[in-house]
Amino acid sequence: MMTKQIGDTLIRTVDLVKEFEISGGDFFGRNKPRVHATSNVNIQINKGETYALVGESGCGKSTLGRLMLKLIEPTSGHVEFEGININELPSEEMREIRKKMQIIFQDPYASLNPRMNVYDIIAEPLVTHHVCKTKDETKERVKELMERVGIRPEFINRYPHQFSGGQRQRIGIARALALQPQLIICDEPVSALDVSIQSQILNLLHDLQEEFNLTYLFISHDLSVVRYISDRVCVMFLGKVCEIGNTEDIFGNPLHPYTKFLIDAVPKPDPFLRKENKQLLHGDIPSPVNPPTGCRFHTRCPYAKDICSEIEPEMKNVDNKQVACHLI
Amino acid sequence: MDELLRINNLKTHFFTKKGVVPAVDGVSISVPQSSVIGVVGESGCGKSMTAMSIMQLVQKPGRIIDGSIELEGEDLLKYSGDNMRNIRGNKISMIFQEPMTALNPVYTVGRQVTEAIRIHHHDIDKEEAKKMALDIFNAVGIPEPDRRFNSYPHQLSGGLRQRVMIGMAMVCNPRLMIADEPTTALDVTIEAQILFLMKKLQEERGTSILLITHNLGVVAEICDYVYVMYAGKVMEQANTFELFKNTSHQYTEGLMKSIPKITAEKERLYNIKGVVPNLMKLPKGCRFCPRCEKAMPRCFMEEPPLYKVKTVVENAGEHYARCFLCESSEVMNDD
Amino acid sequence: MEDIKVTDNETVEQLRQDYENMQAEIADTDGIMDKIKAMIKNNKLATISLIVILIFCFCAIFAPVVAPHDPTLQDYDNVRAHPSRDHILGTDELGRDVFSRIIYGARISLVIGIVPTTISMVIGTILGLMAGFMGKKVDFVIMRLADIMLAFPSLLLAMVVMYTLGASLINIFIALSVVNWAGTARVVRSQTLALKEKEFVEAAESIGVKKSVIMLRHILPNCLPSLIVLFTMDIPGSILSESSLSFLGIGAQPPASSWGLMVVNGKQWLFSEPWVAIAPGVAILILVLAFNFLGDGLRDAIDPYMKE
Repeated sequence: MMTKQIGDTLIRTVDLVKEFEISGGDFFGRNKPRVHATSNVNIQINKGETYALVGESGCGKSTLGRLMLKLIEPTSGHVEFEGININELPSEEMREIRKKMQIIFQDPYASLNPRMNVYDIIAEPLVTHHVCKTKDETKERVKELMERVGIRPEFINRYPHQFSGGQRQRIGIARALALQPQLIICDEPVSALDVSIQSQILNLLHDLQEEFNLTYLFISHDLSVVRYISDRVCVMFLGKVCEIGNTEDIFGNPLHPYTKFLIDAVPKPDPFLRKENKQLLHGDIPSPVNPPTGCRFHTRCPYAKDICSEIEPEMKNVDNKQVACHLI
Repeated sequence: MDELLRINNLKTHFFTKKGVVPAVDGVSISVPQSSVIGVVGESGCGKSMTAMSIMQLVQKPGRIIDGSIELEGEDLLKYSGDNMRNIRGNKISMIFQEPMTALNPVYTVGRQVTEAIRIHHHDIDKEEAKKMALDIFNAVGIPEPDRRFNSYPHQLSGGLRQRVMIGMAMVCNPRLMIADEPTTALDVTIEAQILFLMKKLQEERGTSILLITHNLGVVAEICDYVYVMYAGKVMEQANTFELFKNTSHQYTEGLMKSIPKITAEKERLYNIKGVVPNLMKLPKGCRFCPRCEKAMPRCFMEEPPLYKVKTVVENAGEHYARCFLCESSEVMNDD
Repeated sequence: MEDIKVTDNETVEQLRQDYENMQAEIADTDGIMDKIKAMIKNNKLATISLIVILIFCFCAIFAPVVAPHDPTLQDYDNVRAHPSRDHILGTDELGRDVFSRIIYGARISLVIGIVPTTISMVIGTILGLMAGFMGKKVDFVIMRLADIMLAFPSLLLAMVVMYTLGASLINIFIALSVVNWAGTARVVRSQTLALKEKEFVEAAESIGVKKSVIMLRHILPNCLPSLIVLFTMDIPGSILSESSLSFLGIGAQPPASSWGLMVVNGKQWLFSEPWVAIAPGVAILILVLAFNFLGDGLRDAIDPYMKE
């Protein structure tokens, strides 16, 4: 593995809370139930690293990604990009910041406008920010990007439906790269792809990071992929951060019980590692509308004590890691 | 081991306006009694269509054009309409990736399970059927079965819904359960629960499971014997341990090398070049040769048969691979 | 030995390249025009309807050439004449040739089918886009307005407009446009709401594309298939409304020959000389059915949202 240039903090969240109102409540629309998507999340991502957000459905990882891009506004708290609070920026200045952060989506079928051809899709960021002076220059740049992500430049006039899933994901990556951003938020970029295509995209992302010194926020539910691509991992459960640490530490010596179970639950592609009595996590993921009191994991945690259901655990620094658990 | 299901040279083709799509093109699979058989492959390899063919649920313009599907010696393809309906759910049942599409949203899950029982056993009255349903809810690990009996599908979580589906599939004690990507839509911790449950039911009840998946991890976790499919054909088949220890086909090898492993150190992932081929324009020779690193000119000209491979794991049974690199004197005869 | 290996590798590389090129050739053809072509190939009813509509359009445009007689020429020797070689569909109470009048009437019926529908589509699309995209108060105001429009029986509303403004072609346009925009606005709004959640819109937002540009470049083009279908489906409604208005005497005014008007004039002789009323009635029926069948066909062929 090459050594990456990890620098200072690029983006961080400060007590980020996002609650969505959902339908329900009384006749006048008061007291609507709220989905607690993220609760007091504090994370920071350094320049040049790949920071992974892991968790199961409803843990708030995708919401967090969108909050960091300011695609949605937080209920409270804020996001700082290079020390600037982007939630207080006027929209013109925000447009400048948008150049520096981009997103790659999970579903390569929904993330490309079916009525635009490849040129229009990849050129959109260039045109929006007036990066190139002439149309020819734009076209050259688009072709360059296509070549870089592994799409034949002669396909420039084709429409998304004429490509396979993997190729569409490459187009999405080219669009994200167009403005030479610093941060790319990858929201489950490979989970909709076939295994053989998945590895192509992962390697591409990896190469691009080296080439352009990109910072990734890698959102995924697939722990094997996270282990492969990330430098640091943040494990989330029901809108709360459970554990943050370097990838090797998290996978080698997980402290939070949830992290342990999560890693253990992944089916290993090696029959010789089968365990007869695998310890399974019982029960379902609680609803984010009524999250459990205290530690949100306590309803499923086999080690839970009384304190876990009463008091919310604080983030503690243990062995190079940050953990939120009373038992540590 | 006795054979429960034997698929011989099954061909299910789709006759579309643009041309013929050979979704399943000469597949032979054998499922012994009380075993877990995996069928693994990427999208478009024909694994789901194989399952649909067994259930005879292939939709137009698809048609089974050749082959036989024998369940305990009887050819299912000779059955039609009512006879097949009697087999479905009773002797063979199926569970799907997204249980929500298979459950009727306007009836309680309890009612759906009792109806499933009463369709096949007319002599069972409602009370008895309810008792059986509650028993099966218990068996598949649904907490508070009495309360869940009166729940509607949307009131249940994804994991519980899949448990209900499995319960519904198991309630008539079928000989074979076909599971099409049963855990793909589920979270990791729930996936582990469901896999464990399926394995447990299989051991307790002696039901065989035909597990269709794209996930080699799932295969490694619970399957006894695995078929690797690519572009409508079986590329390699072997005992699970043998397959992972003595991978013989380049495609299987590529698949295994290209998945990131949670247990391994970081190293650059292997890439299988290119994309899954369009089934309407398959290469003339081996279907994998355009993406194969070790392809020879011969691979582009003629299609290799399934060659017998010498096993390295003890008691592994038979191991076949469709690759000239494994050329041997013995060829699977019914291919 | 070494040599053979090299050539082998080259052959393999060549073969691989050939195959990749072959694969690259296959690109699905799924543009709107391709889908319409496919529909023409596969859906006979829609194709026949399209041909019928084109024939009507042709007749309307080249009416002076196609029509055997002057539609206003009165021939008192030949009043309510039976269909004959000279008058294929007979003559009316003033001895005018019914066939020629139907051909000239097609002009008014088609114009009234197309113009107000276009106007109401444009208004409906703009309002629907605004309602769906801006949300909140704009949405509330526009949609309640649309609800009010839809709550009125549309023919009654058109009648009110016609009575107030007086009977003329322009006023028919206004009346029918006022009545029809609300339906379009609803469809466009619901599609905008669905499209707004799509990831490609989110991608555009994350790039920093302005809202107005997102609306025009990302949302509107994706509503287009539905709009085309809606357009073909709304035209017969307008044609029928015009016929009804003419029937009630507040539509087209004599001596212009509108089909609705012709039915009114002929109705007194429905039992003795039925062709005077039935021939224009059948013309309305055929054109309306043709548009409906075409609309159905188009919906099945190109509209991804309206299909169940």
